[in-house]
Amino acid sequence: MSWITKTFTSSIGRKIIMSLTGLFLCTFLVVHLIGNLQLFKHDQGAAFNTYSHFMGTNPVIRTIEWGLVLGFGFHIFEAWALTRRNKAARTQGYAQWHAEKNSEWTSRNMGILGTIILIFLLVHLYNFFWRARFGGLPKVGGANPEVRDLDNLYLAVVDSFHVWWYVLLYVLAQISLGYHLWHGFRSGFQTLGLNHRKYTPLIKYVGYAFAVVVSAGFASMPLYFFLFTNPQGEIAANAPSLLHTIASAF
Amino acid sequence: MLLDSKIPEGPLAEKWEKHKFNVKLVNPANKRKYDVIVVGTGLAGGAAAASLAELGYNVKAFTYHDSPRRAHSIAAQGGINAAKNYQNDGDSVFRLFYDTIKGGDYRAREANVYRLAQVSVNIIDQCVAQGVPFAREYGGLLANRSFGGAQVSRTFYARGQTGQQLLLGAYSALSRQIAYGKVKMYTRSEMLDVVVVDGQARGIVTRNLITGEIETHAAHAVVLATGGYGNVFYLSTNAKYCNVTAAWRAHKKGAYFANPCFTQIHPTCIPVSGDYQSKLTLMSESLRNDGRVWVPKTVEMAERVRQNQIKPQDIPEDERDYFLERKYPAFGNLVPRDVASRNAKQMCDEGRGVGSTGLAVYLDFSDVIKRTGAEAVSQKYGNLFAMYEKITDENPYERPMRIYPAVHYTMGGLWVDYNLQTTVPGLYATGECNFSDHGANRLGASALMQGLADGYFVIPYTIGDYLAQTPPKPVDTSHPAFAESKAFVQARTERLLSIKGTRTPTQFHKALGHIMWEYCGMARTAEGLKHAKAEIQKLRQEFWQDLKITGTGEELNQALENAGRVADFLELGELMVDDALHRNESCGGHFREEYQTPEGEALRNDDEFAYVAAWEYQGDNQPEKLNKEELTFENVKLTQRSYK
Amino acid sequence: MAGSNPNAKPMNLTLNVWRQPNRTAPGKIVEYHVKDISPDMSFLEMLDVLNEDLLHAGQDPVAFDHDCREGICGSCDLFINGRSHGPEKGTTTCQLHMRKFSDGDTITIEPWRASAFPVNKDLSVDRSAFDRIIQAGGYVSVNTGGAPDGNEIPIPKEISDRAFEAATCISCGACVAACKNASAMLFVSAKVSQLALLPQGQPERKTRVENMVAQMDKEGFGACSNIGSCAAECPVGISLENIAILNREFLAAKATSNNLA
Repeated sequence: MSWITKTFTSSIGRKIIMSLTGLFLCTFLVVHLIGNLQLFKHDQGAAFNTYSHFMGTNPVIRTIEWGLVLGFGFHIFEAWALTRRNKAARTQGYAQWHAEKNSEWTSRNMGILGTIILIFLLVHLYNFFWRARFGGLPKVGGANPEVRDLDNLYLAVVDSFHVWWYVLLYVLAQISLGYHLWHGFRSGFQTLGLNHRKYTPLIKYVGYAFAVVVSAGFASMPLYFFLFTNPQGEIAANAPSLLHTIASAF
Repeated sequence: MLLDSKIPEGPLAEKWEKHKFNVKLVNPANKRKYDVIVVGTGLAGGAAAASLAELGYNVKAFTYHDSPRRAHSIAAQGGINAAKNYQNDGDSVFRLFYDTIKGGDYRAREANVYRLAQVSVNIIDQCVAQGVPFAREYGGLLANRSFGGAQVSRTFYARGQTGQQLLLGAYSALSRQIAYGKVKMYTRSEMLDVVVVDGQARGIVTRNLITGEIETHAAHAVVLATGGYGNVFYLSTNAKYCNVTAAWRAHKKGAYFANPCFTQIHPTCIPVSGDYQSKLTLMSESLRNDGRVWVPKTVEMAERVRQNQIKPQDIPEDERDYFLERKYPAFGNLVPRDVASRNAKQMCDEGRGVGSTGLAVYLDFSDVIKRTGAEAVSQKYGNLFAMYEKITDENPYERPMRIYPAVHYTMGGLWVDYNLQTTVPGLYATGECNFSDHGANRLGASALMQGLADGYFVIPYTIGDYLAQTPPKPVDTSHPAFAESKAFVQARTERLLSIKGTRTPTQFHKALGHIMWEYCGMARTAEGLKHAKAEIQKLRQEFWQDLKITGTGEELNQALENAGRVADFLELGELMVDDALHRNESCGGHFREEYQTPEGEALRNDDEFAYVAAWEYQGDNQPEKLNKEELTFENVKLTQRSYK
Repeated sequence: MAGSNPNAKPMNLTLNVWRQPNRTAPGKIVEYHVKDISPDMSFLEMLDVLNEDLLHAGQDPVAFDHDCREGICGSCDLFINGRSHGPEKGTTTCQLHMRKFSDGDTITIEPWRASAFPVNKDLSVDRSAFDRIIQAGGYVSVNTGGAPDGNEIPIPKEISDRAFEAATCISCGACVAACKNASAMLFVSAKVSQLALLPQGQPERKTRVENMVAQMDKEGFGACSNIGSCAAECPVGISLENIAILNREFLAAKATSNNLA
């Protein structure tokens, strides 16, 4: 084995891959969240569809997309490999185990949280990404020449977010994501050895804020559409204006 | 046998240098042809095993622990002395030598002690190079403190864990040699006999504590570094496994046992709280720098405080007796360990002891807390106070600590010559296991120094002298002496298991400890010692008739291990009593009530007892033969200690 | 009782103790009862009482490791009521006192559980994996003799103090026992960062961390997932910061060492 494979199959090496991919995926979450804010513009999805068309066709984005696939792939694979290793490290368990006295639940259950996120991800990909990329979406149509030939992903979003169990799945997945990030963000820095008495507390609180903002941001989308839009995607008068305001800023 | 201490000729300061030149050397290419067994992996053993392996010898190291890092050296708190004179306060090799000889009440060998002081400086260098994190000043240089009443600051320390850090240094050096394959490490292996072939130590017999297998190991020389025997008292500050077995079996194979009655009682230990007590915990001596020792003035008041009718902090000043300050105005609470201990005992004997057992005196910090604030006190002693509170559930910031003396260290041990060789050729003893350097009383922060001096800087030279005169022929365990020793160990194990009586090893051990503490402890009388001797003999007889242990010898059997150790303590105890009885004087840790000054201080008898008593085993239940090594003092003047 | 609490009443307790005759035989939890336990006893003294009872009854006493009984040798290693060294923070089993329990309590006592720590018997486990990790590089290669004067290497007090804090590890294994992953990272990191911080450790800085981590993995310990149970249960307060240092040292060594193997 070369030193490279040795490094990255060692316990710390695998953790480093987890950390690097995890932090990379955090940047993806930021981009994804900001892009999706277009959903909140009161324009019947015009901005959102333009954005999704851009994301689906821009060569740079398409290249980065492969990075994303690798990022997810490695993150999931390493998680599996590490979990297997960690299970083997204790084959005989304890009769009594009170880890809740010494650590946070979320830190101990990253695997479960990650699995929930993975299931969500598959459903999510099938539902939007697959249809957007490989067809099956109607065109926007209408009079506006800038958007009428685009795929109407917005309507697909509206449709999906009027199915109650679908909304529920989304919200649960986002809670899982929030907890996953709650631990994962600072853990990523710790694994890379980026630790300093001055900055580590900052990283910790930035991580907490990141987890809350990202998960709440994503969860707000299905809830918003479920509660405040009709099946045609028209926004009710009582819809909170805050999200619109934020979206308009981007 | 004539006791030849093999002290080199010449002026004191040149003896060691000269000797190092005069000892024979083993050719570097030949070193790998010699095997050396080292038993024990504390400071002395770990350092010796690592250093000998570095030189090229094949070392087999043994410990009954699961790891060489667990030896009781690890528990030493205070520090390690070295004559570096980094503080520019007048320290020197000679001063450390002088203090050690005087502190030992003139019962140690000058040449050994001087060598100890000489190599003390190398120890610090060696440990620093290993990465031992000694305390440092802000400028980055090593810090020192004064310790145990010394007039100079020569003690190096690593907070309250000096022993741990030094042991981890030796352990790391040892680990490196294990990785190189130069040391073969046998953990959880207890040495149960020395094998002597044609008058020379040629190996050992061990029991694998996991499988119970009795194994034999051969070598060209054997080094014992198996610690002290303070646990003969059952309760001591020693770790629970500390025992005399290795040294005692060596003794029975011909190694003389020197000054067994010299026992150090440490004044500042947490008192016994009940019958279940399994060991005693030492509180660092440094506490006496600021704490004031007292008991109630009257027996009546003491009784009230024992009955919990009054809290000690509520006892008015004029009802308190700060007895050390009263009796020793010059030194006050900082009198040497033996003096502080005896006075505490005396107060309790008068009925003025405190705590529900009446066997404790107060160590009070209220004055210093008033003077400097609780915060400053916590800075200095926080960890000790926390430990005290953990054990006693009492808050020493509010209520005076209770302390009582406890057995801490044994100055006696296997007799060794200047080369650290016992009376069995090829058998060496290092560290607390030997008797050599502390005389009748050990100074604070000197145990670590001696262990490492022996292991790093003495035995690597002196054992070479012996090996160079031994043919480099391979040794093995085929000689009948090995089978004989093995059979002896097996038979003894079987015998212990087959008694099937009614009393457990711990019960016997407690009974022995009680006898030893009562009659051979802090203060001894001829009458008491005679009584103790008879009691021990009786107890030993009962042991071999009424011992109860379960299980077999072919498994991990801690009761069996314990029984074997108690059996040896039962023999050692009698020798200690004999030694204490024959030494008709008081010196250091040995205080005979018949021999004291009008002020109640230890009264030495230099004319008759300035010698090392080296006892020679004569067979089971036979009186041991006393051999004497006369001590000559050419460089110090013998004086009476006075702390008034 | 001589303790300060004259009202503390002796306790009767139920003990669920893991019994296992040897390495290969299966084990099980066995229930015992102990009476008149003083609150001033240490936990191990309570087990002494049990063992004396068992011996008198002609039964095999419970094997457990212990030695100094003052919290420094690292021998004692019991998993008490689901936690390393029991409920009290910063405390080894030998320094845990029975006043932390109440009359009538049921206490479950198990050995450390990790594949790298096989059970010898009952509550005694084999922690030699730790020794082999140290043997892989947890030292400074200096032979006896020839060391420069101790003051020739000035070390800033702050660095020295931090190295000391890492060096206080007593190698008890509580970190491994408490970790969901049975990871030994806290133990390894304590030694690596002690020597990485000190000037004496610099010459072997890279090979040390590479070799120690390789040995750690070989022993079958799990990987760290930054849960923090280890540091929370560590009786001597080894900080998680050390694990970050270990990660950093490992990454830097792998990236820059000349070792191609």
